[in-house]
Amino acid sequence: MITYLIKRLLEMIPTLFGITLISFFIIHLAPGKPTDILTELNPKITPEAREKLEKYYGLDKPIIVQYGMWLKRIVKLDFGESFSTDRRPVMEKIWDTKQPLLERRLFITFMLNLLSMFIILIIAIPIGILSATHQYSLYDKITTVIVFIGFAMPSFWLALLLMMLFGIHFDWLPISGLKSMNYDSLPLLGKIWDRVRHLILPVFVSAFTGLAADSRFMRSSMLEVIRQDYVTAARAKGLPETKVIYRHALKNALLPIITLMGLSVPGLIGGSVIFENIFGIPGMGQLFYMSVMTRDYPLVMGILTIGAILTLSGNLLSDIGYMFADPRIRAK
Amino acid sequence: MNLFWQRFKRNRLAVTGGIMVLALFFAGALAPVVSPFNPNDIDRKHILEPPGISHPLGTDDLGRDVLSRMLYGSRISLSVGFIAVGIATVIGVIIGAVSGYYGRWTDRIIMRVIDIMLSIPTFFLILAVIAFVGPSIWNIMIIIGLTSWMGVARLVRAEFLSLKEREFVLAAKALGASNMRIIFKHIMINSMAPVFVSAVLGVASAILVESALSFLGLGVQPPTPSWGNILTLGKDNIEIAWWLSVFPGLAILITVLVYNLVGEGLRDALDPRLWGSKG
Repeated sequence: MITYLIKRLLEMIPTLFGITLISFFIIHLAPGKPTDILTELNPKITPEAREKLEKYYGLDKPIIVQYGMWLKRIVKLDFGESFSTDRRPVMEKIWDTKQPLLERRLFITFMLNLLSMFIILIIAIPIGILSATHQYSLYDKITTVIVFIGFAMPSFWLALLLMMLFGIHFDWLPISGLKSMNYDSLPLLGKIWDRVRHLILPVFVSAFTGLAADSRFMRSSMLEVIRQDYVTAARAKGLPETKVIYRHALKNALLPIITLMGLSVPGLIGGSVIFENIFGIPGMGQLFYMSVMTRDYPLVMGILTIGAILTLSGNLLSDIGYMFADPRIRAK
Repeated sequence: MNLFWQRFKRNRLAVTGGIMVLALFFAGALAPVVSPFNPNDIDRKHILEPPGISHPLGTDDLGRDVLSRMLYGSRISLSVGFIAVGIATVIGVIIGAVSGYYGRWTDRIIMRVIDIMLSIPTFFLILAVIAFVGPSIWNIMIIIGLTSWMGVARLVRAEFLSLKEREFVLAAKALGASNMRIIFKHIMINSMAPVFVSAVLGVASAILVESALSFLGLGVQPPTPSWGNILTLGKDNIEIAWWLSVFPGLAILITVLVYNLVGEGLRDALDPRLWGSKG
């Protein structure tokens, strides 16, 4: 088991290397340079000044050399300095140690994704189980329709609709940011309540698509399991149906869900650009949007790398979860 | 083929979806004929008008007719969907075929690359490339195509792995057929059904990605109308013009929904395990 874990960890390194290599080449080979933006903003800049600038950033070297330089710094966890005018280190922009934890971009995005994953799990699994145990019932048909709509729903549209309904029409929930203007003057409980109110819409929106996918998956996984012989055997020995489902079938039906959770991480991270943009949440997605708009190469690469590390960790965690759940794998 | 068609016809949802797919296709193709207004005509006297008799779906912040813009926008969504999927399918089929047919280290390297591609938060990468290259409709089609071939490649690889050991392939080999001939003439044709299903489902997700990009301002650029960029206006005018948010989003939802329904219907109809079962 330990050897398996070590093997999986070691496997992550070449994968991560591959991801950064592909991303680096795609981004640096795309036409247009960060210095173009500077020249657009300041037409008086001379070609010589521009060249000097490119040299300063190392953009004049062959791309493979640039990648080598980047990689050398990454090993020391140094993502370089941002190209933007403030020149702050990339790491500081993503994880600002001078700010309280709740204000750090990576933390905000990470917690939002974790929250929505948690919500997906606790809602999707029961929905899927009930759909499977009551196959072709009215309940099953209704959830199937909702699931199909959920698959097709553009998350940013759902966000707009909810903002219109709960934010503007009823004026129940805030539609932007993570806290109110008067946050600092609130008592502790008020502060917590204020945060919760700001989180309701973004978390719901980011969980919605995943909810549809996972409940559907849970349903088909459960349907497959309850046709197995050992479930029939459990029924035959006279166990009550709830015990058959929740004790014997559920454990096995959950296995594929663990894998699915791991696979859904890149989608969740990618989606954070959209909903952080809509809800004005100062997270990593919003920072990424700003960084691509200004062609801030180091920042773009830094966020892509962190996104990839999160994805790979998600896969690793789901493998570990699988191992604990499935004794057949543990034996290897 | 006949059996397949019979099964598909029995699935009422999928047939309804198919009819809707055709209807949307014609609505886009006939946009110049059926649109009540020119989609780019600015009318300063009728700015942000709610839906009414002259403008069934209202007007936007420049007085342009939303219905006409949406009809033209459907052309964008559908062409991005189809061309992006076309690119992804061609790449996926070739890579999957090579991987499955040659096996060994070729297969191992390709599968590794696919794993890597699947671990990149693709939407981040698409966003970055579009922002750098510049948002044009062709760039969007190409980059969506280049980042979504992995599923098809895996499907085709799996088909090849099982088909290449079958007798008709071995017979072709024994008769001295070249690798290319075996790949394209004998195996490929027999592995196309699941590829077709995944292409139909792929159109739906490409449309979703395009609309998200346009919504973020990195897709189709105004004044060219697209569902995503009308929604951006909806967000900017969220407190005063609900129709700018509701209708284009509904159009995306319905389009994606009907493509998904047809895709699922095709999948069920093609799956022999489900034949004869209740459905």
